[in-house]
Amino acid sequence: MPEIEEAQRTRLDLDRDYVRDMFRAMLKARLLESKLSSLYKAGKIVGGVYLGKGQEAVSAALGASLIQGRDIFAALIRDQAGRTAFGEPLIDCTRTYLGSVLGPMKGRDGNIHRGRPREGMPAMISHLGAEVSVVGGMLMARRLKGEMEGVVGATCVGDGATSTGAFHEGVNMAAVERLPLVVIVGNNQFAYSTPNDRQFACADLLDRAKGYGVGGHSVDGTDLLACADVIGRAVRLAREGGGPQMVVARLLRLSGHGEHDDGSYVPGTLRESHLGRDCLENGIIQMIEQGFATVDEIERWKNRFTEEVQAAVAQAQQEPTPDPWDEDWRACSTELGGGI
Amino acid sequence: MSVTYIDAIREAQETLLREDPRVFLYGQDISKFGGAFKATKGLAEAFPGRVLDSPISEDAMIGMAVGAAIEGMRPIIEMQFADFSSIAFNQIVNQAATHFYRTGVPVPLTVRLPSGGTPGSGPFHSQSMEAIYAHYPGLVVVTPATVADAYHMLIESVRLDDPVIYCEHKFLYRWLKAPRINGDSLPIGKARITRPGKHATVVAYSAMVHEAVRAAERLKDEGGWEIEVVDLRSVKPLDIDTVLASIARTGRLLALGEAFPWGGVTAEVVARVCAEGFHLLDAPPRRLNSRDTPVPYHPKLWAAHRPTPESICLALRELLSF
Repeated sequence: MPEIEEAQRTRLDLDRDYVRDMFRAMLKARLLESKLSSLYKAGKIVGGVYLGKGQEAVSAALGASLIQGRDIFAALIRDQAGRTAFGEPLIDCTRTYLGSVLGPMKGRDGNIHRGRPREGMPAMISHLGAEVSVVGGMLMARRLKGEMEGVVGATCVGDGATSTGAFHEGVNMAAVERLPLVVIVGNNQFAYSTPNDRQFACADLLDRAKGYGVGGHSVDGTDLLACADVIGRAVRLAREGGGPQMVVARLLRLSGHGEHDDGSYVPGTLRESHLGRDCLENGIIQMIEQGFATVDEIERWKNRFTEEVQAAVAQAQQEPTPDPWDEDWRACSTELGGGI
Repeated sequence: MSVTYIDAIREAQETLLREDPRVFLYGQDISKFGGAFKATKGLAEAFPGRVLDSPISEDAMIGMAVGAAIEGMRPIIEMQFADFSSIAFNQIVNQAATHFYRTGVPVPLTVRLPSGGTPGSGPFHSQSMEAIYAHYPGLVVVTPATVADAYHMLIESVRLDDPVIYCEHKFLYRWLKAPRINGDSLPIGKARITRPGKHATVVAYSAMVHEAVRAAERLKDEGGWEIEVVDLRSVKPLDIDTVLASIARTGRLLALGEAFPWGGVTAEVVARVCAEGFHLLDAPPRRLNSRDTPVPYHPKLWAAHRPTPESICLALRELLSF
């Protein structure tokens, strides 16, 4: 499988609707997450808040390349933009963060641990790399049912997850089965506080694609159009029968690991480098300069999404939180012999 | 013609594959090779594309099964040895076991664990993992001790909507035979009185049921003691009602298991009997497990590591003389 070089801006031939969908998801996610951060700081959210700031272009490019109702998307910690682009309603996010019993997790799990597994959105566990094989299994099921034609399964991990056994086993299994799996490695330079040089010793994580026998792609994660191009192409290759694809995106997390973390371990020089470029700010310039959107349109979207975010937060805040007396406290779906 | 315990496991899988298109098998060396213990012999040929070799990736095998179950399939995963399920521990206890509670979507998958000791197998091919998995909410853990249970409980495990850890005992694979797989089948969650008695109750499961019966026969010959043997069949759920009913008759309890002694199924049985049936006891309840070391390789050490009819008789004599 040849490695695909980074998109050349001048040679881009991108679908207008795809790029606009992707950008809108980035914008909406940023507005939502900024609200989540405020709620956290005001003590309105119990538990952690984990943002995807700086990683929206990568995540949204994946989400916008997938087809809801057909494809599978196992989102990870920094995938609000991808979830939104894929079609997860905002209310799923606010309900889960605010502990509404009406949310998909009913207060039994929180924050980014949410999903609608039967709608192609498995709910991540905290153990990194573990979703790779779950998506693989969902694809195996589609194959066994004769329903895999044109389907893609995708998940995102960070640089840290590439060090886990689960990641290795999952990617290798997908390669052996030649599944239409897309794995995005968002290399944001730090796994919590641990820098790349304490995480792996290969020259580039992209080298691993070769080792697994899967397609390898590299992209500047701060460049909206490059992400749209490279990630869109990786998804297309998987969809067309090209087997698993790995995309390594270079970027920087523009927040702490969670909102409890100030990220003070990230050197200023790195923040000021190209990697520290804000994909959304740069994306606005790209959208306007390349004629994908006008200044007015972006302003209108921003206003509309701000209202949508406010509404989703207000609704979730009004809803009931779980009542331990109403909880059925059952971990199995079947009642067997009436006890444990 | 007789049917062995492993024949029953193979036949159950054949029945499941034949009757339910959602069932498929995934594991190391299980396809054309037929599995390390031949539990899937001939199934790959009979059901093309549904009996698949996996890489040596226990974590991914279970992650795969969870994904397939979400999509409505009924995967059966063969761990080559129960011991290797430690590599899949995360996917079993954190992914599979939490899934229904977290998302409301059950994940019907069955993990077959070739469990327990056999002479010469050593520390890494002999373990009994049932207590580890039973500890976690969201898993059903079964431990069949008979040929018929091996068959019927595997069928029922796969039909259940929840993840099931099916602990099959390697020592019983070829040694345990029955003339046929008979039709009597208790549901998972019900214990069975394997041998009725009145002087003491041995609560056992898996291969230890047979050691308990041997010990009971010796004590019968030796002093006319009538020892009742209860086969738990499933350790989670644990049928404490049948255990308490037995102790109401006998007044004495020996909880017997092959697993390591700290905690575990025998401790759970004793704890529940003390909490719920203290008034039924005429003597302090006893436990007998393996020794607190890794499972040794040499057959002489191995035979002294696990409970034997001799050590069970010794424990029972002390229990009876209290």
